[in-house]
Amino acid sequence: MINKKVRNVAAALKGVKDGMSLMLGGFGLCGIPENSIGALVEIGVKNLTCISNNAGIDNFGLGLLLQKKQIKKMIASYVGENAEFERQMLSGELEVELTPQGTLAERCRAAQAGIPAFYTPAGCGTEAVEGKETRRFNGKMHVLETAYEVDFSIVKAWKGDEAGNLIFKGTARNFNPVMCGAGKITIAEVEELVPVGALDPNQIHIPGIFVNRIFQGTKFEKRIEQRTIRLN
Amino acid sequence: MALDKNTIAKRIAKELKDGYYVNLGIGIPTLVANHVPPEIAIEFQSENGVLGIGPFPFEGDEDADLINAGKQTITTMPGASFFDSSMSFSMIRGKHIDLTVLGAMEVAENGDIANWKIPGKLVKGMGGAMDLVASAENIIVAMMQVNKRGESKLIKRCSLPLTGIKCVKKIVTELGVYEIIAEGFLLVEYAPGVSVERIKNATEGNLIVSNGLKEMNFS
Repeated sequence: MINKKVRNVAAALKGVKDGMSLMLGGFGLCGIPENSIGALVEIGVKNLTCISNNAGIDNFGLGLLLQKKQIKKMIASYVGENAEFERQMLSGELEVELTPQGTLAERCRAAQAGIPAFYTPAGCGTEAVEGKETRRFNGKMHVLETAYEVDFSIVKAWKGDEAGNLIFKGTARNFNPVMCGAGKITIAEVEELVPVGALDPNQIHIPGIFVNRIFQGTKFEKRIEQRTIRLN
Repeated sequence: MALDKNTIAKRIAKELKDGYYVNLGIGIPTLVANHVPPEIAIEFQSENGVLGIGPFPFEGDEDADLINAGKQTITTMPGASFFDSSMSFSMIRGKHIDLTVLGAMEVAENGDIANWKIPGKLVKGMGGAMDLVASAENIIVAMMQVNKRGESKLIKRCSLPLTGIKCVKKIVTELGVYEIIAEGFLLVEYAPGVSVERIKNATEGNLIVSNGLKEMNFS
């Protein structure tokens, strides 16, 4: 067994430096690596390029890194719900690249899979893909999109074992699996880290080969962005 | 009388067919789920990674790990499944979704749609909208036909940045139901009590009145 377990979040984030690029899992606040984000704030690394579907809210998720002005460039598909983000974007402090959500996911997956680029119809004819190479397939325009290249992928899973195998829960899965193995180093934080052999191989979502470091988070706040209930 | 948002959703629900996999956008489209006829089987997909969405949870049953694309807490139906974002958009780009319902700021007479950005205002991003409209073959736009300033949203050419080109097939508004044809907006149904004259005044793009024009039917 190849053991991927590291002691804590500090050990997991070893080597993250100013100016690096990170890919972070999650959709909204669902399935974000909140222990790692908290530690990045403490470490104080700056000038980060972050790829994540969203940018958190003012006082949680990537919003915490934004408050400390640690992010230089944000690549996301949707960035509402964050006043500090808005302020930094409008003032020009923060560079923002908006990408269609499916394209963002596939650019992560392409990196994971060793595919340098792919064609997609998403965004054709719009300003979102201006300047990109296009090609017609079956009579329809497609745009060439490239795999992301990042230093670290940071994901969150529900359960993991010491070999780095991961299982996700509910819609907290989202971007996490496609980011595993996409960066030079992949860090997985899990709610429950179990010994090798405790997970059924049939149930593994991401094999440990895609994960370099795994640790059990000490605290998962798991905030809900839009608590919605039915009345009857 | 012009329809309210809920009645627009009710009319769109009539487009649902047994066995359809459906993606609903935020706003009026979300309301369509409230009007599924009990005799047909429909599965709702949310692009953040769930197929088989159920109703909102009862108080106390909310699960932070279970949300829809609007980040609202949800429940799942028996037979539901979860998947990653890449697979979710494989369903969308791969044309496995039978019907997509979404809102719009503008629709042009050639089927172009704009719904993600207003220049000069804060840009929040396109989310999954561009992937959806680029690939879906059956797109219905649910929206109010006239904006708050009284201007038509069914227009000749979109003035706002586009989300997708030549992709809208049908539009349901508070005034009528329209199909996009080569000549423009084909009016096929009018809301009860709404005159064609009123619809013409609320349509900036080219409007063609169908020979088979009829009143909307909700039953």
